[in-house]
This record gives sequence, structure tokens and C-alpha cells, in this order.
Amino acid sequence: MTKFSLLDHELVPKHEIMSEGELKSVLSKYSIEKEQLPKIKVHDPVIKEIGATVGEVVKIAKKSHTAGEADYYRLVIE
Amino acid sequence: MANVPPIPKRISAIKFGLMSPKEVRKMSATPIITADTYDDDGFPIDMGLMDTKLGVIDPGLRCKTCSGRAGECPGHFGHIELVAPVVHVGFNKIIRKLLRASCRKCSRILLDPAQKQHFMDQLTAVEEIGHRPDDLINEVYKEASKVKICPYCNEEQLDIKFEKPTEYLENGEKLTPTEIRDRFENIPDEDIRVVGMDPNNARPEWMILTVLPVPPVTVRPSITLESGQRSEDDLTHKLVDIIRINQRFQENREAGAPQLIIEDLWELLQYHVTTFFDNSVSGIPPARHRSGRPLKTLSQRLKGKEGRFRGSLSGKRVNFSARTVISPDPNLSINEVGVPIPIARILTVPIIVTPRNIEQLKVYILNGTLIHPGANYVFRPDGRRIKVTEINKEDLAEKIEYSWMVERQLKDGDIVLFNRQPSLHKMSIMAHSVKVLPNKTFRLNPAVCPPYNADFDGDEMNMHALQTEESRAEAKILMRVQENILSPRFGGPIIGGIHDHISGLFLLTRFENRISAKDAFDILRKAKAHELPDPASHDENGIPYWTGKQIFSQILPESLNMGFPAQVCSHCDVCQEEECPNDAYVVIRNGNLLKGTIDEAAIGAFKGKIQERIIKDISSEAGAKFIDDMTKLAIRAIMRTGLSFGIADEDIPKEARIQINEVLGKAEDAVQNLIRSYENKELEPLPGRTLDETIEMSIMQKLGKARDETGNIADSHMGLENSAVIMARSGARGSILNLTQMAACVGQQAVRGERIRRGYAGRTLPHFEAGDLGSDAHGFVKASYKSGLNPTEYFFHAIGGREGLVDTAVRTSQSGYLQRRLVNALQDLEVHYDLTVRDTRGVVVQFKYGEDGIDATKSDFSKPDAIQRIIRSVMNKEAAE
Repeated sequence: MTKFSLLDHELVPKHEIMSEGELKSVLSKYSIEKEQLPKIKVHDPVIKEIGATVGEVVKIAKKSHTAGEADYYRLVIE
Repeated sequence: MANVPPIPKRISAIKFGLMSPKEVRKMSATPIITADTYDDDGFPIDMGLMDTKLGVIDPGLRCKTCSGRAGECPGHFGHIELVAPVVHVGFNKIIRKLLRASCRKCSRILLDPAQKQHFMDQLTAVEEIGHRPDDLINEVYKEASKVKICPYCNEEQLDIKFEKPTEYLENGEKLTPTEIRDRFENIPDEDIRVVGMDPNNARPEWMILTVLPVPPVTVRPSITLESGQRSEDDLTHKLVDIIRINQRFQENREAGAPQLIIEDLWELLQYHVTTFFDNSVSGIPPARHRSGRPLKTLSQRLKGKEGRFRGSLSGKRVNFSARTVISPDPNLSINEVGVPIPIARILTVPIIVTPRNIEQLKVYILNGTLIHPGANYVFRPDGRRIKVTEINKEDLAEKIEYSWMVERQLKDGDIVLFNRQPSLHKMSIMAHSVKVLPNKTFRLNPAVCPPYNADFDGDEMNMHALQTEESRAEAKILMRVQENILSPRFGGPIIGGIHDHISGLFLLTRFENRISAKDAFDILRKAKAHELPDPASHDENGIPYWTGKQIFSQILPESLNMGFPAQVCSHCDVCQEEECPNDAYVVIRNGNLLKGTIDEAAIGAFKGKIQERIIKDISSEAGAKFIDDMTKLAIRAIMRTGLSFGIADEDIPKEARIQINEVLGKAEDAVQNLIRSYENKELEPLPGRTLDETIEMSIMQKLGKARDETGNIADSHMGLENSAVIMARSGARGSILNLTQMAACVGQQAVRGERIRRGYAGRTLPHFEAGDLGSDAHGFVKASYKSGLNPTEYFFHAIGGREGLVDTAVRTSQSGYLQRRLVNALQDLEVHYDLTVRDTRGVVVQFKYGEDGIDATKSDFSKPDAIQRIIRSVMNKEAAE
């Protein structure tokens, strides 16, 4: 059977692992610590798919009714 | 402060346990041995129930334990040594279970070691995942009480029976509390763990009381009556009883009284201790006061609606508030509330005496409490309160100095909060300014009914008088009615014209109304417009007249420019806008209504585009003024023409009636045809539907169409001169459907969206044949409300009507609970200045409020037409230059 990529589904928004620099600028923009970001579990299928590890932050380009597209950041946790 | 540990942010656990006799004695300030309270001089007796070691409530005395004064001393527990142990009623259930689960001789839990180990393992497992162990523990008890021979000492176990309220019988013989306690004492620690108890915090024998904690006097304060007599709290009375019996018990036992008397006294002691905890235990008569009133003991203080939790912690009574019935007063501004004089005389506002207001305050004090803008209390700088009376008012007016405080009665212009329950959104509590009026109801402008969801069929509302300058400022800036005209729910006005306001302006502004100068001033009088523009034209006799549109323009701000389709718009394929043949496109230029009819879309609550535009373009104050003027203008306008509705307005011509009957007859035939093809199995099922569903749907559809057709026929015979049509079209009240039902045909009655099917087997009523699928057998009402329903129709109508009532009742309770859960989950989220939404820990929930950072209140009905409007207004300006 062909393996489907989770990310190809239209209901799954784009997830990508953020680089150190990117993360730093986001944290300073909101003046928060990493722990104050929303969380996502490592067991989450999409996290497995993109291969993020605990402690990394993923950037999610979520579709939005109001804004068209909105960026979310989630910290990967246990 | 360095060695003070930081306050933990989150409570990780709370531990509950039983209190051991040792602990009770340790925390006790003194043993209580006498049942007396005060000596002849009125001083508390040592080791009595009011001992000053237990805290003080009388001013002037000092607590012997903490040397605090009344108010500072929190109170301290005492204790009573019980002569014989008694059962604590609260633990009856566990005592019974434990007695059955433990050996009568060696006290071990009646399970073999392997079983015990098995349950212990399970218990630790359950604890680890954080589940409640209740079910598991119940199983332990169940298993243990099944065992008839003790696996440790081979003793045969006897049947334990529990008798209300506090008696235990073993094979018919009474177990004394002493015996029970002995058994529990011998249960080894490891066995206690098996039944889910923690031997360090809750030894089972502690459920049998040997020493009783005496609550501090602050918990049971005595009150001094006017006669100087002291009246003790119910708990004190109960404690007196306990001590008396305790003493008698001891005397009798020491004197070697017969066993029978001892047992009686023991039972009596048990009764008193039981009722001390809970005076509503079934099986015993409640302890009563001398007057026959049942005593309010510990559990009664906590339980129920008036109890500590629901009555004192979750909800409290508030000062400076009033509640009465509401009634309408269209002469008030929407920002005002009419307050009855009797309420204004009781509610007060504190004013500090300054050089600027001292003379005015003296006038209030001299007015006393009886003449309206008076004063009720005066506060000296040391905090002493002096009531203003008819006798001392002259004195007080002389005496007040700067920095004193006067509690002045509520008067015109004061800011108060006004509220109607259920408070579902922020517009349920708004700030109004007071207008003191005669009579006994709160008065409010009917235009502010929608945000409160109020009507005048007996609704009551609450009012709160604000007490500080800060709160008044905050309320005035944030909570005033005019600041809440626009709802954050949809970015439109929630306050506007209702009912007659809409009909009135519709009648005024439609067609070419010719209005004489006299009439024009009459209509505009209340709206405070004192000049008329140039007349529209002159009639045959050369007398000038004005149009309704001109009159309405007088209350519009001069800078207003807008164009929008009215409610009466028939949604043509191509909108001709200003050239609309139905006068259904409103055009306002420089504050002049040039084209279009004013109706719900222009000035209605929830829909009114004019209020919205005025508030967003000019100010909320201008918006409030517009609503005030508009409502007054509308009322005068509707009174000029008059608008009434009677049964004759539902009349339709004979030929229309015939047409309607024809339509209904055709529909009936069509239904019969459908049924026939269904019975002949010729009917094609719709995709994804069974045959039965298909026929039902087709019939419903046919009949629905038929009803609409009859409505159209009736409608075509009722023109815009019909007041019901005026109201329905302009959006003032009612709908065309209501009209159809009154004049033409009521239509299909439904239960859960289906035709009525319940009743007898195969039929709805005995009047029909079983299996009849026809329209009249399943709740189609051919009649109109005017013509009257026949008995079967009437019955079906009642079925459908009842479903509506049940639905509303269920929906309100369900949506109320849904809202409560949402509010509880979201209540401490906050939008920060950087537009992030965060919780109290600073964890981000949304990176931008609503993902677009838009305040819904400032959006235009949440529709993106702001850009076009801005472009148009800029272009207009440039064109003008």
C-alpha cells in the first residue's frame, strides 16, 4: 500500500520546525519564554511526520476564517 | 522575610483526615466542664462554654489565649471529655462496612494475605494513574464481608445489623460504642491500608468520639436582646445539653447506678452529640428549641440553598442595591433610568465635605431623611456614624466640617448600575444616570429593552448605587448605555427602534406624505427641532407642505452620508439603487433623507444602519441623541396616522378564498396521487432515502408549497395599507408567515420536523382509518386562524404547539449550562496590548486576538465593506473640492 503523507491532507496545516534564530525572534517579539508557547505532544502524528523532537518549536500556518492564514507556534513536549 | 518560603503557585494536593482525640486535646485552649455561660455580673465563667480562652465577642474584653480584642481574635477551640465514647453520625456508613469486614475477635480484615496483597497492588496502581479508588475499595469491603470464618483466628463471624440512627446489633445484641472502638483499635495498620484508609491520618477508632471539640465562641456568638437579656446560639444550646448529660452520666456511674439507667443516659448522650452534628438525621426526632423551632446545628449551617456554600460563599446579599418592577417611559433618554422616590430616599452616595460642597451638603442634611434630596448618615473623620434624624439634623448641619463624610440620598444625574437577570452578556449590566420619579417602578426607555431582553409583563430589575468616585468614572466611561449601543457580538447596534418606532417612521417616510407646518412642528416637538427647512412644495391653495423624509432629516446629523437597501427591498436581480421603483433604497446626503423608506434596516435594534454609522463616524453621544430623538419622533408620527389591527384586517375577498381552497384541493389530490403510487410500489425513492422516508418528504414538500401559495394569494389581496402588512414588511413586528396563518392557511403541524404520527396503532386519532397517509390524518391544518380550526386540526395544533414549549424550556437550561462551562473555561484569559490572548501564567492561547486582531465592535456588521465606503467618501470629498 502506498504510504500517504499526513501533510498532504487539506485539513492538515503546514507544520515546520523552527530554526534557533527564528525562534529567538518570535520569543522576543512576544517577550515570552519557550514554555509559555502552546504545546504539542511528540506523539502527535504530525510531529512524527516532520520528525520534531522534544524542546523544538514548530511553526504552523493555520487556515483562519477571519484572517485567511494565521501563524501559530507550538512547543513539542513529552 | 528572607526565610519565608515563596508562596507556591499551584496547590498540588489537599489532605483530609480524621481528628484524633490527641489532636483535639492539643488544639484545645481549655477543657469545658460547666454548662453555665455567664456569671451574675455577666462575665464569662472559666471552663464554661463562653470561657474567654475560646475567644471574645464582647467589645472591651481580651482573649485569654491570644490577648486579641473582639474582631482581632479568630477564636480558639475547647474540648469536652466525654464520659463514654459515642458514635459520630457522619461516619455511620464506614463504621458499618468496617464492622462487617473485620474479625470480631482478632480485628483483622477478613481477607487472606494473598488477597490483601492483590488489592494493595491494585490500589497503588489506581493511585498512580490518578483515578478514584472508590470502586476498588467497595469491592474490598464486599469481598471481606462475605467471609464467614476468620482466616487468622478461625472465629465465626456474626451478622452485623445497623439500626437508625446510631445503633449496631450483632446477632440481635447491641454493640456499645466502647466495643466498636476496641475492635477498631486492634485493626493493624497494614489492614487499614487495604480498605483505603491512611492509618497516620485516619485511624478508624477516631470515628468513635471520646472527646468532643467545642467550636470557638466566634462561631456561635450570643446576641444581646433589647431587653438586655442574652440569647445564645443554637450550637451553644446543644453544647449545654451535651455537658449536662455528660455530668449526669458521670455522677450516676460513680454512684454505681443500675445498668439500665446508665444505658439510658448513654443513649441520651449519643442523641445530643448526634444532633449537635446533624439535626436532620432520619430515625430520630430533631432537637427543638423551647419555642418548638428545630435547632440549626452544624450540618444545617452548611447544607442547602441558604447554607454556607450556596448562601454565603457563592452568593451574598449586597448593600446599596434595589429591585423592583420595570415599566416603560419613552420620555426618558436611553442613558437614564427612572428611580422611584421611596428607593431614592434609601439608597445613598457618600460625599466628602469640602469647601466647595459644604453649603450644599448642609442643605441635604437639613432636608433630613424624609424630604427627597436629603441625607441619611453623617460620618465623623474617626469613622463614627451618626444617623440623621428630625431631631438632630439642625445640629449636624452646623457641626459638619471639611473631611467629614455625608451619605447623601440618590438624586438626578447620579450614575448607577442597572441589571436584569440572566446576565448573559456585558449589556445585561449597564450604567444609567438617575432620574428620580414618583410611583414605585423603575422606568426605562423601551429602546433599551433588547440588550436586557426585558419586557414589561412583570419583569423586575436590580439597581446598584456606585459608592466611589473611581467606580462612577469607570462606569460612566465604559458601561454607559450609549457606550454599549454597538454590540461586540456582530459589530452592529443592539439598541434601536422597536415595534411602533419602526412602524411610525415607516408611515412617516414612505410615499409623498404632505405634512403641514402645524403637523410638522407637532411631530418634531419632542425631538427639540425648532426650525423647518424650506417646504417641499405648495399645495393647490398655495399652502406650504413638507414631506415625511424632510421631517425625519431634521434629527439626522448634518455630516451623515450613506446609502443602503431598506428592509422592504425585494432583492431585485439588478439593484437600481437610487432609482429603486419601490423607494426601498435609502439615500442620505449631508444629513438629508433624499430617497428610500426608513424601516428596520435603518433604525431597528440589531439591524439599524443609521445608528451604527452615526456612532462610528461621529460619536456615541450623537448616537444616543439620535435614538432619543428618533423614538420620540416615531411615536408622534405613528400617533398622527394611527395604526391599529383588528379581525377585519384579516379579511380576504371571496374569490381569494375560492382560489385558496382550489390550491389546497389540488395539493390534497397531489398527496393522494403520491400515496397511490406509493401503494402501487411505483414511487421512486430519493437517493439515500427509504421509500417510507421518500413519501413523507414528498408529502411534506407538497403541503409546504401549498401553504406558501395560499399565503401569496392572501398577501396579494392585502396591500401596503393593511396594518399587519405594514408591520411585517417594515420589520416592526410579525412576519408574512404569521399573516398567512391568520388569513389563509395554518399549514402542517410537525413534531421533530416530521408529520404527526404518534397516537393509536397505525393512526393518529380514532377518526381516521389505520394506515391512512392523507394530509388531514397527519396534522395538516387547512383552516386559517380566522376561519377557525376543526376539532382534529385543533388537536394536532395543540400537539405541535406543545413541542414548541417543551423545546424552549429544554433549550434554555441546556444553553445555560453550555454557556456556564464556556465562561468558566475562558474567564481568566486576557487580551494584552500586543493583541496576544494569554492565560494567567502568561501562556499564549492566540497569537493575535481572533487571529486577525479585529475588535468586532468596530467592524461593520463583520462585513468587509469598510474599504468601499472609505473610497467613496474620499472620492466624494475630492469631487466637492
